[in-house]
Amino acid sequence: MEIFGVSLPGLLSQLLLGLVNGSFYAILSLGLAVIFGLLNVINFAHGALFMMGAVLTWMAMNYFGINYWVMLLLAPLVVGGFGVLIERLLLRWIYKLDHLYGLLLTLGLTLLIEGVFRSVYGVSGLGYDTPELLEGATNLGFMYMPNYRAWVVVASIGVCIGTWYVIEKTKLGAYLRAGTENPRLVEAFGINVPVMITLTYAFGAALAAFAGVLSAPVYQVSPLMGQNLIIVVFAVVVIGGMGSIMGSILTGLGLGVIEGFTKVFYPEASSTVVFVIMVIVLLIRPAGLFGKEK
Amino acid sequence: MKTNNIAFVGYGLLLLGLLVAPFLGAYPIFVMKLMCFALFASAFNLLLGYTGMLSFGHAAFLGGSAYMTGHALKVWAVTPEIGLLLGTVGGGLLGLIVGFFAIRRQGIYSTMITLALAQMLFFVCLQAPFTGGEDGLQGVPRGKLFGLVDLQDDLVMYYLVLAIVVAAFLLIVRTIHSPFGQVLKGIKENEPRAISLGYDTQRFKLLAFVLSAALAGLAGSLKTLVLGFATLSDVHWTSSGHVVLMTLVGGLGTLSGPLVGSAVVVLMENKLGEVGAFLASASGVEWFNTLGESVTMVTGLIFVVCVLAFRRGIMGEIIALLARLRAGRQV
Repeated sequence: MEIFGVSLPGLLSQLLLGLVNGSFYAILSLGLAVIFGLLNVINFAHGALFMMGAVLTWMAMNYFGINYWVMLLLAPLVVGGFGVLIERLLLRWIYKLDHLYGLLLTLGLTLLIEGVFRSVYGVSGLGYDTPELLEGATNLGFMYMPNYRAWVVVASIGVCIGTWYVIEKTKLGAYLRAGTENPRLVEAFGINVPVMITLTYAFGAALAAFAGVLSAPVYQVSPLMGQNLIIVVFAVVVIGGMGSIMGSILTGLGLGVIEGFTKVFYPEASSTVVFVIMVIVLLIRPAGLFGKEK
Repeated sequence: MKTNNIAFVGYGLLLLGLLVAPFLGAYPIFVMKLMCFALFASAFNLLLGYTGMLSFGHAAFLGGSAYMTGHALKVWAVTPEIGLLLGTVGGGLLGLIVGFFAIRRQGIYSTMITLALAQMLFFVCLQAPFTGGEDGLQGVPRGKLFGLVDLQDDLVMYYLVLAIVVAAFLLIVRTIHSPFGQVLKGIKENEPRAISLGYDTQRFKLLAFVLSAALAGLAGSLKTLVLGFATLSDVHWTSSGHVVLMTLVGGLGTLSGPLVGSAVVVLMENKLGEVGAFLASASGVEWFNTLGESVTMVTGLIFVVCVLAFRRGIMGEIIALLARLRAGRQV
């Protein structure tokens, strides 16, 4: 079966790959949005935290023989802890300043983190094997679906929905949303806002690391792997707007799929298509698809 | 002495130093590169320091113009002044496009838009045939200025670069002190107020963006003319980060800051290996020997320190110190 001269299995496998990329966009832009909401900081270091998740997974396997499944839990915890340090030691001092300092500080942090990993591992990619349980592919009749990729999509969407549920439907999430609207008032009600801010940043960092662990077997693990990703995620955030959690998730997944299709029909444009969409969205809806202009 | 006089003497000494530098053993190519970066940072500062817009896409103007000038000189074999003009106009046009989209959103979103558009240009340059992809555009001839003056001589090239950079810098100074520049400062301080005073702030912001981009393009074009090549690293986003760092280290919103900052950052990157070797021999810690390869790490550290403790930058601190001294004497 063919569609526009492209075989259906080929198309579907690119679609799945697009969904995999889209899952990472979704998790990362979700984390950016949550952090921005409460801290008013655009976390440029998000890509570096993603990279840390992946590299830690690789390190754990190669130095200590710790397997993938343990790292899926451990890496977010470690990177989340690192996030606590970043927030307590660095970010805390600049909340009162202009937004741009938050971006510059986290940019410096990104260069610092990537520099440290680069001085150890260089820039070439490190391979990471797919965990045994998810090796191989399932025959769906019309295509072979690589198990691992399916797992990435399912796990990512699960985490995204979980985050959405916590923020939109629980009491903790209500505090968080209230803190985003008016932190001083929330503090007056006796809620420890500084701790909430620290934990929010740590949570965003942990999300990025989780995506990093998921990515280890699909991407090449390398100290620079987060760099280009974060810029695409910025474009995703501009397209979706940071006002809505569900908006971030849908925009991320959608753009991944569009990128996947572009790889099939016009491969030359696959690295720029997200930016082109950003331009179109800015022309038609300057505030972003789900955004409210403040 | 009044601060104005001190500044006047400072610029005078700097110009004098640059005029005689080639005769004092300074390597002309290196000083020319420094001047190109000083112009790049000054152009960037015009936007961030005086209009309050953080562009994270200035690499596009530097690198894009570098390619345009390189292509014009090498393939179309135009004379250097035409090449520079094309690069500058090209940079301005790119600035018009990026600026048009960037000003549709405010603050941090606008920064992300510039970054994304510049990254798009990076991918275009990576794939386009005329840029030479990963190898870059090599062997760009300097040619003869107006078809008469041969620029192959480094000394002739040096004084041309000096003249152009000084002229461009004076243009920036003039812009900042003009009524137009005052409106830009007004927008930086309080945009809603500028709007309520009847200024079409979007137009002013766009114009500032185009001017800054054109001058950044001029810097890129000059760089290609001097070095004879244009590479992907100029268009890469790290180059945008670079110019932010130079401006921040030197002092945001000061005229002299970008000049000092670019010199400090470029020198730091060139001499880091030597500094590392010195530290290694002095302290006995082997690791310092690898410092030369860890430029990114050191750059990142400087960023963090500057943002946390040193936001006024070198010249900002000096200007504040002079102001304090003067205030002290008046009491």
